[in-house]
Formats: sequence, structure tokens, C-alpha cells
Amino acid sequence: MNAALTDTDHHDDHHHGPAPGLMRWVTTTNHKDIGTLYLWFSLLMFFIGGFMALIIRTELFQPGLQVVDPHFFNQMTTMHALIMIFGVVMPAFVGLANWMVPIMIGAPDMALPRMNNWSFWILPFGFTMMLSTLFMDGGGPAGGWTLYPPLSLQGGDGFPFLIFSIHILGISSIMGAINIVATIMNLRAPGMTFMKMPLFVWTWFITAYLLIAVMPVLAGAVTMLLTDKFFGTAFFTAAGGGDPVMFQHIFWFFGHPEVYILILPSFGIVSEIIPTFSRKRLFGYASMVYATSSIALLSFIVWAHHMFTVGMPLSGELFFMFATMLIAVPTGVKVFNWVATMWRGAMTFETPMLFALGFVIMFTIGGFSGVMLALAPVDFQYHDTYFVVAHFHYVLVPGAIFGIIAAVYYWIPKWTGNMYDEKLGKIHFWVSTIFVNLLFFPMHFVGLAGMPRRIPDYAVQFADFNAIATIGAFGFGFSQIIFVVVLLKCVKGGEKATDQVWEGAEGLEWTLPSPAPYHSFTDQPEVK
Amino acid sequence: MASTAENHYYVPEGAYWPLVGSVGLATTTGGLAAWLNESSLGQPIFYVGMAILVIMMFGWFGTVIRESESGQYRPWEDKSFRLGMSWFIFSEVMFFAAFFGALFYARVYSVPWILGEGAGANTHEWLWSSFTEIWPTNGPADMGGSDFHMGWWPLPFLNTAILLTSGVTVTIAHHAVIKNDRTRFILGLAATVALGFIFVYFQMVEYQEAYHEGMTLQSGIYGSTFFMLTGFHGFHVSMGAIILLVVLIRAIRGHFTPTRHFAFEAAAWYWHFVDVVWLGLFIFVYIL
Repeated sequence: MNAALTDTDHHDDHHHGPAPGLMRWVTTTNHKDIGTLYLWFSLLMFFIGGFMALIIRTELFQPGLQVVDPHFFNQMTTMHALIMIFGVVMPAFVGLANWMVPIMIGAPDMALPRMNNWSFWILPFGFTMMLSTLFMDGGGPAGGWTLYPPLSLQGGDGFPFLIFSIHILGISSIMGAINIVATIMNLRAPGMTFMKMPLFVWTWFITAYLLIAVMPVLAGAVTMLLTDKFFGTAFFTAAGGGDPVMFQHIFWFFGHPEVYILILPSFGIVSEIIPTFSRKRLFGYASMVYATSSIALLSFIVWAHHMFTVGMPLSGELFFMFATMLIAVPTGVKVFNWVATMWRGAMTFETPMLFALGFVIMFTIGGFSGVMLALAPVDFQYHDTYFVVAHFHYVLVPGAIFGIIAAVYYWIPKWTGNMYDEKLGKIHFWVSTIFVNLLFFPMHFVGLAGMPRRIPDYAVQFADFNAIATIGAFGFGFSQIIFVVVLLKCVKGGEKATDQVWEGAEGLEWTLPSPAPYHSFTDQPEVK
Repeated sequence: MASTAENHYYVPEGAYWPLVGSVGLATTTGGLAAWLNESSLGQPIFYVGMAILVIMMFGWFGTVIRESESGQYRPWEDKSFRLGMSWFIFSEVMFFAAFFGALFYARVYSVPWILGEGAGANTHEWLWSSFTEIWPTNGPADMGGSDFHMGWWPLPFLNTAILLTSGVTVTIAHHAVIKNDRTRFILGLAATVALGFIFVYFQMVEYQEAYHEGMTLQSGIYGSTFFMLTGFHGFHVSMGAIILLVVLIRAIRGHFTPTRHFAFEAAAWYWHFVDVVWLGLFIFVYIL
């Protein structure tokens, strides 16, 4: 992105600013307002989901059953996952897309502003419904977020509420994704060709297609669960000619592209940040685009690697094993490009860069354990152990979440007009990184030694590593309070940010004033 | 082609309808969930929610129609609507794909495996050695009683002809609106709507026959896939026919011009989509 820019002045005189009062937030059609709503919502859910994680880790601090009863423990593991996936990572990404995509491509707003409002505002309703199941007869969902039947069908009164809340979240994601696709295809500034788009826009473009393709499949799968429970269908009942394993196939046809939905936008964020703080252009821009597309395409043909132990023909095991390992190739291209971007760069290490570097290193650790899990023969040993938990938490926490945090630090001066507290930001990074490794690294060892996941008790030989992990969990959880302090301080005031904010930053968003005006690019800039 | 002040993308000011829609959606699904839990409040809450959703649609779509008729939308905005509708239809295709996937999986894998095919598993031998049905089947436990094959003759075949004809009539209407032949446009639309509702009527007749013979949603995997696939399709045909009906009313009121008629085209795309899904159903559910 080395676009020469012209015509970036703003004519806000004929436009109203935000409406006064609280109703502004309820009725808003402004992409920045809606992006802000998404991001605050995601932060709130991060603490709710994190609180559940701390309940899990408290129970697992020592062997034996001491704090919660096993049924409640199962509800916590299930809800923690559902909230973190659908309530934290996805809304945060959509919030960042709302804020940044229009101003990165020189668009006046999102393409479908009213639908944009709706796709956010059904989320609080959906999550209220989902969380309310915890207080119903039989409690919340306790069969794991994957909702495998027949176990998931044995839930209490909460079951239909859970299913409908998933429908609502799915509707929200599909509307959000359609909006992003329409914005990118229709509202790019003149001269902003596809191969000039910033990588964050590219990765979100591809993510949006994944969302549109697989969220309806999840809706279909949970609808079949609902009819199996209440209307006597036999999709997942062998006695009627169906098969519980069929659910797993349909679910993971959604589920595997879903895990890329949870990481691709972070790839884009890191691809924005590393060039800025290396003061070099991104190495291999085109190969980044092709690698992201390849990952997305491959994600549709690897789903059964989640089910190697379920009983599959050998040809299936082999196909899904090799297809999965193939994903390591485009992922390797990306990691190589990030490292090559830094090579001989004039690097500085502000907080966004620290989180981006943490991302590259720790996501790669999660990527390597992913390749191990892709090997069908050894997966028979690893399946459903803490090794799996370690793997996907490495790609999701120091992966996806670190990407989101990096994005917030990177762009918050543009959002608020103020610099965040650099010292606190750096402290936030270092305590988060130390504790997140303390939390998840020992899980590799207990997992390889055979500790099963989703069980509230464990054999005594796993006690030390579990105690360490719990200390890491509390440390990581509480260090996020620093993040909230930094955010609030930055919203309230602080050193004024320049328009450019970062010395090496390039792209349309940095041509806007800080804070970005309520309506930007009403007159589109010309990108050369 | 830098935009000028007269050429700004239309960004509407504050909107209340999405909030109404959120409340409606939560009320509808919450009511339905309570109803499924056999709470006496569930049913009324569900109907209240549906009413809110209908009000929302009248209000929201009404706003959009007024904006369109007052000339707020130019080709730039029009393209966003087109993109939105196409990708919405794609998401619908993927929704049906989940149920087609279930059908194929059952026929290619799960039923043959229960019959003893494949290596390693002795389920057939030990659990259901007397089970011999291939397809259609309601499973080794004979779930839901009787099972029989829903033949493709005569009603489904007739319905195929009806839906294909409606695809032709909607295309006639499209050509007519481009040529500004209002009578032909309205007649083509009216014929399409009528054929759509006739299709739904025949589907209901077929369902009644099936239930009369004991082939129900509970009839094992065959009943499940048959009624869920054709049921969701029938629901989409009904929605499509209602959308076309709204377009017809607008056409009678003089909306749409030879160059600006996106709502009509969106409805027509949707109609072709339910048409294509039906062809898939006709082949894979009825014939094969």
C-alpha cells in the first residue's frame, strides 16, 4: 500500500454529527458508532467468558472435586467456549471491520447501514437468551460447545433457548458478513483496486465469504438437533436410520471454516502492524492474498480431522490428514512473509508491535501443535486431551485475541484522538505474555501424558502442572484489567495523537484527522 | 470519477426499525422455546413476537420503498442492494446444503452401515440382523410406523411443471417491465404469484396424503429428510410468493420503471432460487 493520496479534505458542514442522548447508540447507522458498540460488547463478553474460565481453572487447581459440582463445571466449559467464540472474537472482528474497512478503502460508510445496526443489536438479545439458560431448570448447555448429540439433546429447559440463540447469532454474523462484502465490492474509492487493498480488508473479505458459506450450515445442524428433540425426526438416531456421527460431519463442515474465521482477520491486523513498525513495505503482498485465499479454500475440505477417532474409513482418515497438513504451506508462507518484512527493517517496539510479534511467535507454536494433531495416527493418542486444549488456546488467545488487542492499540489513537499510555500498554503486553504461557504451555505436557479435557477431576500426577496453569489463568485474567485502564484513560484524554499517529504508517485511515470525523470520505479520495 | 456533493452515497439517519426487529426476533424465538418447553405462556408470546416482526417488515420495507420512490437510490446504492441479495441467496443455498448433505450421508453411509456394509463394525450382525431395507427406510427400529416412498407421480411432477412455468412467467414479466409493457408486466407477475400459491396448495395436499398413509416427520430418516427438505422448501416458496405479491401490488400502484426495478429483480432471483432447489428435490428426494 503505497498509494499517493489526493482529495482528502472533508465537507462535514452539511452533515449532522451524532444525535444527542443514549438513543444515538440504539438507532445509529454510523459505521464508527456501530464498530464502537461491537468492540465494547466484545470486551464485556470477554470478562464474562473469562470469569467462566477462572471458575474452570479454580476447580482444576487441585485434583479432586472441591469448588463446583461436575454438572456446573460442564456448563462452564460449554458456555465459556460459546461466549468466547461467538461473543468475543467474532464481534470484536466485526467491530474492527466496521470501524476500519470503510476508512481503509475510502468509503463513506458501510454499504447497508440500517442492516449494520440490526446485525449488532440482535447480539445483546441473543446472548441474554443464551446466558439465561444458566438459570433455567436443568441449567445451561453442558455437552460441550460442539453440541454433539445424543448428549446435547439431554439438556433441560435451556435447550431450545440455546438453539434459538445460536440462530440469532448466526443471523447477525451473516448480515455482518454480507455488509462487509457489499462494502468492499461497491464502496472502494476510485483507484483502490483489489490488489491495492490493505491486507486487513483482504483478510476480512475472505472471512466474510467463509461466514456466509458456513453459518447457514450451523443453523441447519442445530435445527436438526431441535427437530430431533421436539418433533421426532431421526437425523441423529441410528434406530431410525440416521447417525449421531452425521451431526459431527455437518457441525465440523461449519466448524473448521469457523476456526479460520476466528484467525484470518488477525492475520490481516498483524500484516498491517508489522510493516508500520518495521518501516518497510509488507514483504510478498500478493503471496499474502493468495495464501489467505488458499487457507480459506482448504478449510472446506479438512473438517473430519476433528473426528479421527470417531470411526471413519481409512481412505477418509488419509484424505483429511493430508489435506490438513497442506494448510501448513500457505500458513508458512504468511509467517515467512512477516519475518521477511522485519528483516533489516528499522524496527521499534511500541505496544501494537509487541502484541503483533507475540502473535507471530505464539500463533506459530499453536500452528505446530496443529500439525501434530493433523497426523491421524498420533491424534488417536492426543484426541480429547489437554494437548488439544493447549493447541487451540495458543491459536485463539495469543493468536486471535492478541491480534485484536494489537489492533486496538494500533488504531485507538485514530478512534479517540489520544495516544494511549505507552508504559501501561507495554506492562499489559509483558504480564499477558508471561501469564498466558504459564497458563497454556503446561497443558501440552499434561495432555501428552493423557489428561482428558472437559473433566473436573484428574489423576494426582497432573497436579503440579494444573496448579501452574491456574496461577497463569488468574494472572492473565487480572492483567486484562490493565487493558481496561489503558482504554478508559485513552478515551478520557492523554497526549494528542497526530493524524499520521505512527511514523511508518501508510494507508487511507492515516490521512484522516485524529479522532476520525463522524462522517469520513463522504467525498471519496482518489487512490493513485 | 471522484464523487461530488450531489453524488454522495446515501447513508440514512437513525433507524428505529432494527430495534423493533431485535425485540420481535427475541420475542418470537423466546416464545417458541417456551412453547416447546410446554409453558402455557409460550404460544401467546410467540404470536406477539410474530406480530412485532410483521410490523417491523411493514415499517422497514415501507421506509425503503418510500426512499426508493423519492429517488434517493441511484445505481451506486442499487449495486449494494444487488450484492446484498445475491449473497443472501447464497447463504440460503448453504442452508439447504446442510439438509441435502444429511440426505446424502444417510443414503450413502449411515443406512448401508446399519445394513452391515463397511469394515470393522458388527452393528448389523449383533443389533439389527433382521434389518434389510435400503431406501426408503424408517430405520431398524421401524420408527414412526409405516414407511413408503413418496413417488414422483403425479403431484410432484405436476408441481415441477408449475414451478418451471412460474419461472417462465416471471421472466415474461421481467422482459415486459424493461419494455415498459405494464399490462404484460402485471399479468406475468400475477400468474407467477398464482402458480406459487397453487404449488404450495398441492404440497399441502401431498402432505395430507402422506400423513393419512402414516408417512410422517417421525418416520425415521426418510420421513425426517423428506419433510424437512420439502418443508423448508415449501416455506421458502411461500415467502417468495409473498414477496412477489408485494412486488405485484407495487407494480399495480405504478412503481418500477424500465431502468429501475431492483425489488422486482430481487424477488425474481429469489424465485429462481426456490425453483432450482425444487429441481434438486425432485431429482434426489422423489426420483432417485
